[in-house]
Amino acid sequence: MTTANPILEMRDISKTFGPIKALQNVSLRAFGGEVHSLMGENGAGKSTLMKVLSGAHRPDPGGEVLVDGAPIELGDPKASKARGVAVIYQELALAPNLTVAQNIFLGDEPHSNGIVNQAEMTRRTAPILKRLGVGFDGSTRVARLSLGERQLVEIARAMSTNARIIVMDEPTTSLSERETEKLFEVVAALKADGIAIIYVSHRMDEIYRLSDRCSVLRDGEYVGTLEKDEIEANRLVSMMVGRDLSTFYKKDHTPADASREILMRVSEIGNGRKVKTCSFGVAAGEVLGIAGLVGSGRTELLRMIYGADETTTGRVELEGRDVTPKTPGAALKHGIVYLTEDRKELGLFLDMTLSDNISMAVAKQDSRTGGLRNFKAAARRARTAIEALSIRAPSARVNAGSLSGGNQQKVLLARLLETRPKVLLLDEPTRGVDVGAKSEIYRLIDELAKEGMAVVVVSSELPEIIGISDRCLVMREGRIAGEVVATPDNPIEQKAIMSLSTGAASRTPQEESQ
Amino acid sequence: MTDTTAAPGKDRREQLKSLFMALGMLPILVLLAIGFELLSGKFLTVNNISIVMQQASINIVLAAGMTFVILTGGIDLSVGSILAASAVGAVAVSLFEGYGMLAIPAGLTLGLAFGLMNGVLIAFLKLPPFIVTLGSLTAVRGVARLMGGDTTVFNSNLPFAVLGNGDFLGVPWLAIIAIGVIFLSWFILRATILGTWIYAVGGNQEAARLTGIKVWLVLLFVYGFSGLMSGLGGVMSAARLYAANGLQLGQAYELDAIAAVILGGTSLVGGIGSIWGTLIGALIIAILSNGLILVGVSDIWQYIIKGLVIIVAVALDRYRIKGGART
Repeated sequence: MTTANPILEMRDISKTFGPIKALQNVSLRAFGGEVHSLMGENGAGKSTLMKVLSGAHRPDPGGEVLVDGAPIELGDPKASKARGVAVIYQELALAPNLTVAQNIFLGDEPHSNGIVNQAEMTRRTAPILKRLGVGFDGSTRVARLSLGERQLVEIARAMSTNARIIVMDEPTTSLSERETEKLFEVVAALKADGIAIIYVSHRMDEIYRLSDRCSVLRDGEYVGTLEKDEIEANRLVSMMVGRDLSTFYKKDHTPADASREILMRVSEIGNGRKVKTCSFGVAAGEVLGIAGLVGSGRTELLRMIYGADETTTGRVELEGRDVTPKTPGAALKHGIVYLTEDRKELGLFLDMTLSDNISMAVAKQDSRTGGLRNFKAAARRARTAIEALSIRAPSARVNAGSLSGGNQQKVLLARLLETRPKVLLLDEPTRGVDVGAKSEIYRLIDELAKEGMAVVVVSSELPEIIGISDRCLVMREGRIAGEVVATPDNPIEQKAIMSLSTGAASRTPQEESQ
Repeated sequence: MTDTTAAPGKDRREQLKSLFMALGMLPILVLLAIGFELLSGKFLTVNNISIVMQQASINIVLAAGMTFVILTGGIDLSVGSILAASAVGAVAVSLFEGYGMLAIPAGLTLGLAFGLMNGVLIAFLKLPPFIVTLGSLTAVRGVARLMGGDTTVFNSNLPFAVLGNGDFLGVPWLAIIAIGVIFLSWFILRATILGTWIYAVGGNQEAARLTGIKVWLVLLFVYGFSGLMSGLGGVMSAARLYAANGLQLGQAYELDAIAAVILGGTSLVGGIGSIWGTLIGALIIAILSNGLILVGVSDIWQYIIKGLVIIVAVALDRYRIKGGART
């Protein structure tokens, strides 16, 4: 499969930003027709390395980048592009008001004397879109496309420049399951064409599935490369964090059994649209996973229980009392808290300090006068939270926006925990969080369950659900399609969840036995 | 500037940075004052400074209310009209024999009521602040004319005229009121939970809601407060003029108030800014108006220069903040 000569060779790349060494003598080789995954915690240097490749960063003197054995000029995006390097960034760089064809040729429009040749553009777009097998054409406005389809437009743009090295930076973060499948098909097709794909991702299952080889960076240094048959979760994780993680997922708390009393019972909750009617209970000290495809109504279900979205039917009972919250404030008062899946847009106050962020929900109860802030209490809360959740921040007075993703997530968790909740509703608690912080969040969830909280976790990562839950509900099209329970001898099986969430197991066991 | 100081800790640097952010426009204020003194020779006299403070005071009061609104990411275009309506109301009430002093609470209450009306539309009907207050800019102007019978209401024996023309130990009462408002605003924004909520709502309204903050209460408060400050501005203006005209008074005051807030470094998107910046911004505008007259610049050129100074000052500020963020 791999030819003798690599398409891409990066040698001894170093990059320093002031006192920070973002990359130290990193080397990387990629061959035509392979998917080369790049892994590492946030801040390990993946993005910097890719920016050196694309020409966005000029590396320190001494390193070189060779394409087809010939060095390219460093720090010049045009030179990288001319030699066939294309980067598809996490934040898509498309103009939504323009058509697909206009986007593909943006900045490089075929023209005569300054007048864009629309016909030529459409003509050249068609075969590319055909090869990608997409369901839209060049005249479609990008605004009408889903996120997954937009990603494909980006890839089409890369193909239009005859790219031979395509970098994909966490391409599936915001894609649905089906769109992800489509993307994987495209990746396979690109591979067959002899293109080298450098695939940056945090998701283990994608790495298994796609990679021909996988390289790991840690703290700006190259750790090593695994061949396809060597790729294995524990090995990758220990390479990334630099120590052996005997247990990545932690489950120390005693799983709830039938004897345990139900702490929160949700009955027939729904809004008639995204969520039909859902009923379930969760016991104190239990971790309940909720799986399901993107769009199956998981987030909406949690938001309804929290009083953040309107409901048309249903009740929420806590310790036998009807508490059905109408507003988030009411839910908080009863001890139900919700961690949003989108911490930047819906969770944090990025321009406010850690201390303000952490004490925001309890500022009123800390106040000794009824209306004045109690800054001492806020500082104390921030200090203990930083300690307890090992939030890495220079002080409690820095702005939340300056922290890394994992630490921001911990700040948000800290805010919830300050209210001393009984029920934690966590929506994608480890999204966009690096491996080290992930395992810390798992440990925290386990500890909270041990202390007697009921924890409900929505996640798109099946290994995560399986690793931390005692029981798992599977949602499909706004309904709870089924339940999978873990027992000490039989952990939850990925297959069972998948068949419930896709509808492959739409016949219930009872029906089968009849 | 912060880069060259040896920072003993990041915390300290953050503090310095926020200090420079707050003081951002102070150097320009000082330069303008020195410049006008050099050009005219009579800018920095006790008498003139007292005049500048008097002239700045009403805009400071309006801009303080505006700061609250803009911190939540909103805007209040109706302050000039509310000021006119409150002034007309205050003068009218002052004409009642024996109850003249009720004019002050009457003006304030009118302002508060109009502000709360804006707030209700914005907080509960979830209408965009720009549109709501654009509507009340026009509607309240009409109310002001209606209340005064579309003429100038006049009271040569105004019981609270001392507020507009008198002084306390040489400091004009108008200036004392303005400084008082600044301190009150500072106290609310800095020391109260409501103040923290204002920043939170401006920084991320949805996050604020999910944190259990009563967003409607915050919005109602800021528009109510802005209305109350407009009412106070109306009382101050009536006290100064012994009269109020529903058609002419307070025309385009909202623009000076917004300019002061922006000059003070408050972000129009919300969540970032300080009341001290607003004070400096309002003083810059007052100094410009006063200084240009002293130097003998024609009325037409005053407009052009004032407009350009606002744009240049804010451009410089943005550049400075960007530079700071890069380090």
